[in-house]
Amino acid sequence: MYALVDCNNFYASCQRVFEPRIRRLPVVVLSNNDGCIIARSNEAKDLGIKMGDLPFKMLDFLTANNVQIFSSNYTLYGDMSARVMQVIAAAAPKYEVYSIDEAFIDLQGVAINELEAFAKRLKRNILQATGLPVSVGIAPTKTLAKLANRWAKKHPETDGIHVLGTDQKVSVALQQTMVGDVWGIGRQYEQMLNRHNITTALQLSLTSESWIRKSMSVVGLRLVKELKGQSCILLEEMQPPKQNICTSRSFPEIITEKEDVRKWVMTHMASCAEKLRRQNSCASAIHVFLQTNPFRMQDKQYYRSITIPLLTPANNTPELLFYAGKALNAIYRPGYNYKKAGAMVLDLVPACERQGSLFDSVDRLRAEKLMNCIDSTNAIFGRNIVRYASQGYGERWQLRQARKSPSYTTRWQDVIKIQI
Amino acid sequence: MKEVWRINDSKIILPVIAGSLPAGFPSPAADYIENSIDLNTLLISNPTATFFAQVHGDSMTGAFIHPTATHLIIDRSLAPKHRDIVVAIVLGEFTVKRYLILPQGVMLAAENPKFKPIPISEGIDAEIWGVVTYFITEAQKV
Repeated sequence: MYALVDCNNFYASCQRVFEPRIRRLPVVVLSNNDGCIIARSNEAKDLGIKMGDLPFKMLDFLTANNVQIFSSNYTLYGDMSARVMQVIAAAAPKYEVYSIDEAFIDLQGVAINELEAFAKRLKRNILQATGLPVSVGIAPTKTLAKLANRWAKKHPETDGIHVLGTDQKVSVALQQTMVGDVWGIGRQYEQMLNRHNITTALQLSLTSESWIRKSMSVVGLRLVKELKGQSCILLEEMQPPKQNICTSRSFPEIITEKEDVRKWVMTHMASCAEKLRRQNSCASAIHVFLQTNPFRMQDKQYYRSITIPLLTPANNTPELLFYAGKALNAIYRPGYNYKKAGAMVLDLVPACERQGSLFDSVDRLRAEKLMNCIDSTNAIFGRNIVRYASQGYGERWQLRQARKSPSYTTRWQDVIKIQI
Repeated sequence: MKEVWRINDSKIILPVIAGSLPAGFPSPAADYIENSIDLNTLLISNPTATFFAQVHGDSMTGAFIHPTATHLIIDRSLAPKHRDIVVAIVLGEFTVKRYLILPQGVMLAAENPKFKPIPISEGIDAEIWGVVTYFITEAQKV
């Protein structure tokens, strides 16, 4: 059997742990740059607030309903996530961190009649240690565990725990789950299945396997087998390193000047380079893109991107910045109101397997030492304390995060303040 | 130092050396370098559930919690016992008080006669957030 442990409304719940005042109030968390709503407490969901809603378009509504608005605080969420995972690790020898707020557990060795008690204990321990509420779904396969977890969240009487321990329970859950809500079924497959009168997960699980294989490939077939209770998706205890890394962001204001665009592109590329080094990879190519705001109908529109293959895979910042600069020169055109730029690194290879080039003129050992030094300095004194001049200086290059909460768990100045 | 590192990564290491160091001579003490002291091992037993707070106010001066110079180390994984100092939430606000189990019920008591104890009974919006395991007071500010 597998369990899926999923934190309820994770970002909103993290904020609540450190601000008891807002425990019963609706809470929303905004994306980077405060652009749109990316997380909601149950109270906010009940008000009809949707993912992706634009806060600046509904400020009156939010204020009228006393909705508490927070900029995202990934430092806090990351630390709280690590704490949740540590509690899980202490309870279960085999688990897979699936996302910042979800983990799968392999329950081999836990007796069937102990599953419910195991889940209760785990839920209680996570709440006690971190203050975060979780839901636990347990079932014979990962796909069904996901479905059981969803069931637990939708049905308050389960108290956040649902075990699909019998065939009877599995078919009830399948019957009441729409295909679009099955893990791995995207919009396109949902529409396709609906056209064939397959609307519930139960109908999907009863569809002929040869038809599924033909219309949804082996991935779909695997998924249907999982719905039938045959475990096909194994636990991945080690996350494979990412195959590409992208950093992009909308500008806080419209930008027209090349030099201003350049600072953003450079900042994004420097951030990609740092992430590459953290996972010990090198990029074989870089990609830069630039665009205007498609929602400003009055503006001339422009979108362009460019990919530059690197002679030798690299992860050192100055080299990647050099190519990012070339890329920008190639795609920037004056006379547009730019809204967003991004940098990506592609075709990542492990740093140790990098194939040298005959014409490589960079002293890579020296560059590596310098990067180590910069990364460890920035780890201590804060991101981008040491940076390249092309990334720019000054407040204007900071993210717009008007409502960011303190980093309660990772900075001494930010710890909880209590008036006694 | 600006950042607090993740608790389990952080190491504040003070080497403990037996003997004094003669100048200009290879230290004979080198052979006697014992363990090093990591303050975390003394102050933090469960990093996953440990949080820090800073207090302001004088309701706990009797317990040496100074109005401006004290940091608290809080372990959320502990269940509060009689006479523990706890971080509690009362009416939606954090507070720090002594947790007392008395014949008349549970009380959150200040350590300063100026403040009345708060009875915790059914219907009162209160809960224990965590148990204070240590407080660190900056001696030069007291």
